Amino acid sequence: MREATLKVSCGDKDNAEFKTYKVPIEEGMVVLDAIHYIQAHMEPELAVRWNCKAAKCGSCSAEVNGHPSLMCKSRLDHFAEGEEITVEPIKAFPRIKDLVTDVSWNYETNKKIPPFKPKKDADWTFYQEDIERVQEFRKCIECFLCQDVCHVLRDHDRKDAFVGPRFLVRTAGLEMHPLDTDNRAEFLKDHAGIGFCNITKCCTEVCPESIHITDNAIIPLKERVVDQFYDPVLWFFRKLFGKA
Amino acid sequence: MANYETHEFDVIVIGAGGAGLRAAIEASAQGATVGLVCKSLLGKAHTVMAEGGIAAALANVDPQDGWETHFRDTMKGGKMLNNWRMAQLHAQEAPDRVKELERWGAVFDRTKEGKILQRAFGGHTWKRLCHVGDRTGLEMIRTLQDKGVHQGISIYMECTISRLLKEGNKVCGAFGYYREDGRYVLFKAKAVVLATGGVGRAFPVTSNSWEYTADGHGLAYEAGADLIDMEFVQFHPTGMVWPPGVKGLLVTEAVRGEGGILRNNKGERFMFKYLPEATKHEFADTEEEAKRWTDAAVAGTKTDARRPPELSTRDNVARAIYTEVKEGRGSPHGGAFLDISYQDSERVKKKLPSMYHQFKELADVDITQVPMEVGPTMHYIMGGVRVDADTGASRVPGLYAAGEVAGGMHGANRLGGNSLSDLVVFGRIAGLGAANYAKAQSSFSSIPEKEIQSAIDELEAPLARKGGPNPYDLQKQLNDIMGTYVGIFREEKDLETGIAGLEKLKEEIKKVSSPGSRVYNPGWHLALNLKTMMVASEAIARAALLRKESRGAHSRLDFTKTEDEYGTFNIASSDDNGKMKLDKTPLPEMPADLEKLFAKKEPAHA
Repeated sequence: MREATLKVSCGDKDNAEFKTYKVPIEEGMVVLDAIHYIQAHMEPELAVRWNCKAAKCGSCSAEVNGHPSLMCKSRLDHFAEGEEITVEPIKAFPRIKDLVTDVSWNYETNKKIPPFKPKKDADWTFYQEDIERVQEFRKCIECFLCQDVCHVLRDHDRKDAFVGPRFLVRTAGLEMHPLDTDNRAEFLKDHAGIGFCNITKCCTEVCPESIHITDNAIIPLKERVVDQFYDPVLWFFRKLFGKA
Repeated sequence: MANYETHEFDVIVIGAGGAGLRAAIEASAQGATVGLVCKSLLGKAHTVMAEGGIAAALANVDPQDGWETHFRDTMKGGKMLNNWRMAQLHAQEAPDRVKELERWGAVFDRTKEGKILQRAFGGHTWKRLCHVGDRTGLEMIRTLQDKGVHQGISIYMECTISRLLKEGNKVCGAFGYYREDGRYVLFKAKAVVLATGGVGRAFPVTSNSWEYTADGHGLAYEAGADLIDMEFVQFHPTGMVWPPGVKGLLVTEAVRGEGGILRNNKGERFMFKYLPEATKHEFADTEEEAKRWTDAAVAGTKTDARRPPELSTRDNVARAIYTEVKEGRGSPHGGAFLDISYQDSERVKKKLPSMYHQFKELADVDITQVPMEVGPTMHYIMGGVRVDADTGASRVPGLYAAGEVAGGMHGANRLGGNSLSDLVVFGRIAGLGAANYAKAQSSFSSIPEKEIQSAIDELEAPLARKGGPNPYDLQKQLNDIMGTYVGIFREEKDLETGIAGLEKLKEEIKKVSSPGSRVYNPGWHLALNLKTMMVASEAIARAALLRKESRGAHSRLDFTKTEDEYGTFNIASSDDNGKMKLDKTPLPEMPADLEKLFAKKEPAHA
């Protein structure tokens, strides 16, 4: 029987090491299956987070051979025969144990986004073409892989100042809802730190839902902020006539 | 003194899927302080996997629809064993709950007129399922989650409740641990709402996520509640059958709702011959008529053609596929062919995007080009905690239940789309019921330290024991028993063998040991969940043995007919000094004005 060799990063936030496991390969098997095999047969306490195993919940994010991926979608037959497969936790967040990281910062950040504020007297008629974009953003499964690769969060650790691509996508979903009335430009500029994003599109590349994070969400939001705060014509009018 | 943190809330909700979130939002809106406890991260609960839609008689697409028809479809789907009052409230309130989701930010697919679009599903007379492509559950959970976090609900993530605490006969709190570091936590509460979902991980082939370990079924049983209808386990007819790693993964019923055709390896469209006599007249007679219906559905136009036979109820389609495979007409990997590839490929990608990706990425199958291979997978349990329809209260004061963990709403078989609506209708009702009950309680109960110590001792036992059986092996043994002896077709000798196996396994589970510490230790977590899975499994097997007939999802090879005398009671399982006791309890009687809706007496095997 063919075998896969997995090198799994084990440990806590202070000490970690790679442990190597040999796992028999079944047709169609994914990395998450291999991790489950290791749990059931070799290392019952190997920590991993997962729920659906169907790429719908976004729980099993990890770095597989260095690529931020969902383990439930990473098929073993996509690796070369005999190739070692390294599995590490996502690195933008502190490790709890083995492949599990502390992602609670994301949930705290989410709370800061001004909520949906529909028109008071709306009759709730709106059309499919008005919501295509919003539905794209709402496909997000909160795997946080976009947060993981964002260099502002990963390399510069500016979680104090920047909410990351995930929450710009969520804000875009609210801003572009046809019946929403709130204006989140100030939030985007001063609290979400949208200026930190320099559109390298790393987030878009790793999104398992293929959301065009940079082009469809972040750039239009940046334009809104620019229009509202930096447009010289508008700026002049505001000086003359006050905030209009 | 033992080391644990303590929180006090008027209402504690256990489980943060659709039902738990909706219950928490309601209780909080009533002015109660609310703690919401979930085993996973917020937004990862099983609701996220729901695909096809939420059933509500909005009549946006088929104007003939109304709550009475939805009620009647639900009761007929449940083979008249449902709690009629729950089915009535559900049909009446579902449209308001859907509109409420929209007002909270959910973005459903639209009709040409700009209203919420509705699609056809098995057992529903009219196009009734509001949906967002095939990711309706995600839309729902995200909407409720965002509503909840702005309402001041305290959320405890990755926290597992292992025991309900009681003062006298009433529930007054819950005890558990955080998965992150194993620290203990006590929630003192005036009322507790269970919204823990189902039991799928007791079965070898299931569409359910790891969380479905019957926690609420077990906790309620231990606290003195009774579980009804546990013999009714829904096998969804269309799970993936290949590759092995994804066996059981759900293929949404929306594929059939959008016109998907089932064929065997001889190319026969076999569902025509599996339609029960009683409902045959509701379905197309010929492929030609079925095609006219599908063409009209795709074009969004009216037709007098009847629905395709693939839209029969789930119990029926699951048995049909099972039978075709067993009689040698299955697909190469032991399923049936489900084909949507004859439709325009862009439309398929648009209507069924996650199915398209799921097959493409996990099975190398392009569903816009070739048929899928599908077969039955354990999907849902109709049975659960018996509750009062109007308040969600169990028979234990202070204990409420909503969603899949509650029983009664779906009777002997659930219709697709009726689960998401169940979650929000009865989540709200249970949240309201619990908040009202909590208001009437003057103070928090004091919980004796020895109760807490006993809960901690139970938690620590698997870690302290050395050399006992491995929890993963025990779960596998449980799966083997349930798959082999308590599956889609049942008979007396199998069920007796299964029950004997469960009795033996129960003793093994008492000896389970899991190495390591309390820090994020999945082996330990599983060891602790075996007990609740065992409670549910035993109730399923024993109730299945007692029901000597076939009805809905319960199919007996030795009693193939539906018997009138068995249509008068539910089977209730409860704890009797450490032994499981089964009672036949009479069905609540339906009032005459609702009875009238079933003018022609429908044979129950419809």
